[in-house]
Amino acid sequence: MSAAKIPINAPKTLYDKLWARRCVHQYEDGMALIYIDRHIVHEVSSAQAFEGLKVAKREPWRRSSVIATPDHNVPTTDRDLGIAGIEDDVSRIQVQTLDDNCHHFGVKQFALNDTRQGIVHVIAPEQGLTLPGMTVVCGDSHTATHGAFAALGVGIGTSEVEHVLATQTLIQRKAKNMLIEVNGELGLGVTAKDIVLYVIGQIGTAAGTGCTIEFAGSAITGLSMEGRMTLCNMAIEAGARAGLVAFDQTTADYVQGRPYAPKGEQWQQAMLQWQDLHSDDGAYFDQIYRYDATDIRPQVSWGTSPEMVVAVDDTVPDPQQPQFEGKTKDYTKALNYMGLTPGQAMTDIQLDRVFVGSCTNSRIEDIRAVAQVVKGKKVAASVKQALVVPGSGLVKEQAEAEGLDKIILAAGFEWREPGCSMCLAMNADRLMAKEHCASTSNRNFESRQGSGGRTHLVSPAMAAAAATAGHFVDISKESL
Amino acid sequence: MKPFISHSGKMLPFDRANVDTDAILPKQYLKSISKFGYGDWLFDDLRYLDSGDVRTDPASRRLNPDFILNQPQYKGASVLVARENFGCGSSREHAVWALRDYGIQVVLAPSFADIFYNNCFKNGILPLALPNEIIDKLFSQVDIYPDYKLHVDLESLTLHDEYDLQCNFELDDARRQNLLLGRDDISVTLMQRDKITGFEADLQQQEPWLFTLT
Ligand code: SF4
Repeated sequence: MSAAKIPINAPKTLYDKLWARRCVHQYEDGMALIYIDRHIVHEVSSAQAFEGLKVAKREPWRRSSVIATPDHNVPTTDRDLGIAGIEDDVSRIQVQTLDDNCHHFGVKQFALNDTRQGIVHVIAPEQGLTLPGMTVVCGDSHTATHGAFAALGVGIGTSEVEHVLATQTLIQRKAKNMLIEVNGELGLGVTAKDIVLYVIGQIGTAAGTGCTIEFAGSAITGLSMEGRMTLCNMAIEAGARAGLVAFDQTTADYVQGRPYAPKGEQWQQAMLQWQDLHSDDGAYFDQIYRYDATDIRPQVSWGTSPEMVVAVDDTVPDPQQPQFEGKTKDYTKALNYMGLTPGQAMTDIQLDRVFVGSCTNSRIEDIRAVAQVVKGKKVAASVKQALVVPGSGLVKEQAEAEGLDKIILAAGFEWREPGCSMCLAMNADRLMAKEHCASTSNRNFESRQGSGGRTHLVSPAMAAAAATAGHFVDISKESL
Repeated sequence: MKPFISHSGKMLPFDRANVDTDAILPKQYLKSISKFGYGDWLFDDLRYLDSGDVRTDPASRRLNPDFILNQPQYKGASVLVARENFGCGSSREHAVWALRDYGIQVVLAPSFADIFYNNCFKNGILPLALPNEIIDKLFSQVDIYPDYKLHVDLESLTLHDEYDLQCNFELDDARRQNLLLGRDDISVTLMQRDKITGFEADLQQQEPWLFTLT
């Protein structure tokens, strides 16, 4: 349904409102021009866009909307030499090109050695550069993360990066509305990550195609902003381009006082406007799913798609079973790739590496959860490497101020510099073939974390517990 | 983008169906940070006998003499003709950049993959879906006549050669106009410049805090 067809006074969804607030022009073919408030730029998807501007002799439409940082392809060790110290040629050139382009075009950058550098989807909220009601774009599919702030965050391609730089707008077709409601209280050891993995396990990775997903219900409103970001981050894994959570006091409390958040009288003014950033009673959703929070146990993915997930106290599923009809081939292939057998207990899977990081789970709350679990314990001898990669320089600083780095290091984890790291293995942090990894990231596709690597998606607390045990453990049954 | 009004050029016959974007430009070239300079890598796997990447000097590579791009009679060709479902596979725009940088301006096939088709227009290349009989005829003409050339006229929506081929084709009018005027997506959007500026001015009144990053 297009925005134009909704009568003025009809109840609207949060997405309808965000769309209407920023729709500059509606074309007859259903496409529309959406005004973009915030554009986050990183080294991997921006070079060609900047070059396109240069060749066409265009300038960025509004520099104050753009913030840049290198994250995808940066080393997470030895940063002392800055860009010059990046060993891999291709990576160094990409990071250097971003730096050059920022200078050339007058774009603000949190450069490699700035404490505000970090993963795009961590730093913007942290700085108050993501605000409620905004439209946020970035050349990265996990831009959905920013929906946690009742902002419309969409991931875009390189041509679109150039388009937004040149015109401050994005050509979009309005998506459908999907509501995912989770009510009730979460059990011990169950986090936002488990909610979203559970939901994707239920609806599948294609369910959200063509939709914007709003997450609602008491289990969602009870989450911190960090938790809401984890949830919206993975809306893309459910097939949706954007995820949303309504504005409330939790949102306001997180935003207030951040460096780029409105202050004084403007804060009051903003708060008044933001009150409307929720779906109205009776608003129309094209699809609705409802879940009971008490049904959700800590989750672990067993396959090569985020929908291939079970509760930790469950077993590896049998693709031959009738409920997997139509998926038997995919599931069998995934099991082969992962080297698992149907019926095997998830807690029996032995782990080679553990990765805590990525835009899904690398915020201070995630680091705290890890420290809490590993305090006084040791990473199991059978685990070759356990990494904690904070999402930003400021998360790292905060964790160090709380002494969390000491606890984590004492347990035998490595404590790294911020970046995407082993989430996509563009830098040196990666799995070897056949290695099993408990990872707090968002994609368990074949070879995502290194050629032939086997990823199991979990929450930070689950990853931490798995690191110390050498295999998955049901943290809801452990006294932590 | 340069306006595309009409084009006369030598034809390059690529007698294959389902040519995917990886065949047009293999994935190791996605590491380039440039938007231009992909011409030497067009059809890389077929064109060279050795493998290369962004760092290899193309002059140092061994050419495959059997491949059309390396045959003298097709040197300087700018009109590519192929079989159905051209441009399938991963959605990389780089594949179109490789065609463009090599100098291809028109691609003729019975059918195209969707995203590839769209990406052509964004980069000033005309992809024309033509009936099978015409495609067959083109393949036989290029076989018979040395230095076979085709003339494509976007204003009159016709194409012809110097011999006995002459036909009309159809094209969505908005796309046709954009090519005729040399408009890419950005220039089309910038036709709404006043509306965007007005919208922005109102927004700055209502939500001044969005405009403070310096
Ligand atoms: S952490 Fe992973 S998913 Fe997130 S922005 Fe980086 S590469 Fe993308």
